[in-house]
Amino acid sequence: MNGKTGMFGRAACGRKGLERAALGRTAAVGMLALLAGACGSSSSTSGGAPDMPSPVVSEDDPRVGLAAGMTDAAVAASGLELVAHRDREEGFVDPTNFGNILFANSDIAFQGNLMFMGSFHGFNIYDISRPARLRLRTSFVCPGGQGDLSVHGNLMFMSVEMPNGRVDCGTEAPSASSSPDRFRGVRIFDITDVENPVQVGGVQTCRGSHTHTLVPDPADDSHVYIYVSGTSGVRPATELTGCSGAGPAEDPNTALFSIEVIEVPLAAPQNARIVSSPRIFADAAGNIAGLWPGGEHGDDTQSTATTDQCHDITVYQELGYAAGACSGNGILLDINDPAAPVRIDEVSDPNFAYWHSATFNNDGSTILFTDEWGGGGAPRCQISDDPKWGADAFFRLSGGKMTPAGYFKLPAAQTDKENCVAHNGSLIPVPGRDIFAQSWYQGGISIIDFTDPDRPFEIAYFDRGPYDASQLLLGGFWSSYWYNGRIYASELGRGLDVFRLTPGEHLTQNEIDAAEAVEVAVFNPQTQTRIHWPVDVVVARALLDQLGRGTTVPAGRLASMRAELDRVAALSGTARQDGMSALSATVAELATAAKAGSADAKRLEMLAGTLRGLTEG
Amino acid sequence: MNYADRLTVIAAAALLGSACGGARPEPGPAGASTAGPAEAPAQSPAAAPAAAPNTIPYTPADVAFVQGMMVHHAQALEMTRLVPDRTNDRDLGLLARRISESQDYEIGLMSRWLTRRDEAAPSIDGSATQMAHGQGSGHEMADSADTSGMPGMTHMAGMATPEQMAGLSDSTDEAFERLFLELMIRHHEGALTMLGDLAKQEGAGQEPELFQLISHVDADQRAEIARMRRMLNELQ
Repeated sequence: MNGKTGMFGRAACGRKGLERAALGRTAAVGMLALLAGACGSSSSTSGGAPDMPSPVVSEDDPRVGLAAGMTDAAVAASGLELVAHRDREEGFVDPTNFGNILFANSDIAFQGNLMFMGSFHGFNIYDISRPARLRLRTSFVCPGGQGDLSVHGNLMFMSVEMPNGRVDCGTEAPSASSSPDRFRGVRIFDITDVENPVQVGGVQTCRGSHTHTLVPDPADDSHVYIYVSGTSGVRPATELTGCSGAGPAEDPNTALFSIEVIEVPLAAPQNARIVSSPRIFADAAGNIAGLWPGGEHGDDTQSTATTDQCHDITVYQELGYAAGACSGNGILLDINDPAAPVRIDEVSDPNFAYWHSATFNNDGSTILFTDEWGGGGAPRCQISDDPKWGADAFFRLSGGKMTPAGYFKLPAAQTDKENCVAHNGSLIPVPGRDIFAQSWYQGGISIIDFTDPDRPFEIAYFDRGPYDASQLLLGGFWSSYWYNGRIYASELGRGLDVFRLTPGEHLTQNEIDAAEAVEVAVFNPQTQTRIHWPVDVVVARALLDQLGRGTTVPAGRLASMRAELDRVAALSGTARQDGMSALSATVAELATAAKAGSADAKRLEMLAGTLRGLTEG
Repeated sequence: MNYADRLTVIAAAALLGSACGGARPEPGPAGASTAGPAEAPAQSPAAAPAAAPNTIPYTPADVAFVQGMMVHHAQALEMTRLVPDRTNDRDLGLLARRISESQDYEIGLMSRWLTRRDEAAPSIDGSATQMAHGQGSGHEMADSADTSGMPGMTHMAGMATPEQMAGLSDSTDEAFERLFLELMIRHHEGALTMLGDLAKQEGAGQEPELFQLISHVDADQRAEIARMRRMLNELQ
């Protein structure tokens, strides 16, 4: 027991540790001043886009009135086919309460043919070589919620936020306010032997880790960084030395108003440590509560301050940006130095209570933010709810500035027995369009097109009835992520679902084939990477299908282009190359003539590029 | 790794981190791992006893807090109910509606949290203002407030007094908007004070369901305070 106390820093830090920590703080403050200086160009967009039209939520939808049932609920689906389902694994279920959050599934990550499914109770690893026949490789009990996962090489990282997390992954929760056995922070597992993951390290943090973001260092592949988003209370300094939950006026070293940046040396993950706690909410004057709309409103008002935390931070390193969903604000960070993110813009929105997550579109011209109104456990998709609340809000991104665009809310009204609000999702790599697969808890899965961020619309969905007809049991979809041709979805209580897209009014088979042609080696939820499409005729066909929905290219012209592509694609050798080259030149001319910056102009440019690539192949 | 090495790691983390130390868990066997055989059956062998009780018990302070927060939330609803008849300001109307719907739902959550544990839930059909006033002054509770079985109900910080509520009720338009925002900011800050007080109680606020609840209450109130501060600044 004494040894463990030492590990927690209580005995080990001692007086000397404290002195050194104090020195470290001075250095941190110095660095902060530098960072804050760089914030000078920051300006706040306040007010969101309340005048944008409200999303339409309807009771006239096949998803309305679905019969309840844990295992036999009625289903409504459009454009999505369920190809595999797996119940939660044995030991990961509370048979007396299917809505018990302590056993709920949470976020997922992928690497190669493996899927890593997080749970408040531990994690499970599946072989997805054949998506329709999932194979369990490992079940690992390690409570502590939320259990969000990411993977990098032979390492897997896990967020631990809740007070029942133990250093040794045990199930006997430490009950004292201050316990040497408690773990809240980021665990590190070696998954070299998938059947026998080994916890090789971990970094404790003051607020625990609600979520985290894996951030590779483009300049140095011997380590990775992890941004830690902690959203719950600061634990006592008696448990973790140096932790302070005081306001910035009382304690400039408060654990509030920052994220933690962990550096993980890949060859020695046991040496992972916090290398900075950047004050990403600071203003130009160095005030760490810089996004706090201050002002004195009477002698007896307190100096409580927000925004002081982030829920999710999505990095997109090819852009050099991260988008943070941070309590009362959406923020944009410059992450060119990944260890020292600097805020360059922020927005607020009167319709957003709680900024939850962020996703960029592929070319970085749009950001989708979600509002997790009610925290995920509340039924926020009822017909009586304001459709701009608990929704997605879209912002245009240009020159490091975000400007408000439209909203999207799950269009089918849900009951008061279904917890429902905007939640996690990922892009679906259909070329020429911005398409997003999204979880809405018991509201199901909704696939939307947000190519025009002013007018997002739904193109497919899957929904089951409530868990229970008489009461709200916490459940539904946490995450829905596209990975190499399928959508994998973690359901809090029902387990794991795998879907494929099916063609319909809003999506052609060519578009699906083009999406399925994209292959990646890894997927981590908050680490976005640019989608690259293979040079393939199906990409060209998908783009032609999209041009057929608009008027930029006249129908007759489009038909002859399609016929020409079919003819040329069937050829070989120089005849094929010459044909593709000629077609590419034609398309390039059309692109030049199209309205600059329009979606169709971008499609024509991409089509010309694809055909040029086919010329070379 | 020996003890001295650990100490170095922790000190280094403390040095580089602004506030928090780092620690590393014991490497080696952790948790229960079950490797699926090459041809795993549809369901794996048990990884742990079903529904292992990895929970933390709640404390009397938790019960008192939840009872108090229910009444505290109820006063917010009393305040938001005044809005539609006293101002046409769109933003304030939206804010009040959001506070009202959020806190009404949380009252239900807290009530269910109590009743599922056979703890007394306050009836909040009556006036929360009167109820809190009764508590604060030591006078008898208002007739409508049934608090039997809740002798230790926690102190409710930031509550508006009956006089302040009367003043709010008697005002309109911009005067009402300003007063509403001032009182609601103080009210929300009071909720944060209650959360802070709870955290100081040994073992409190850690029961997992309550932990989730208070994390959401904390986050929501903070975001709403920020919103209200902006609105108040715009009024001045």
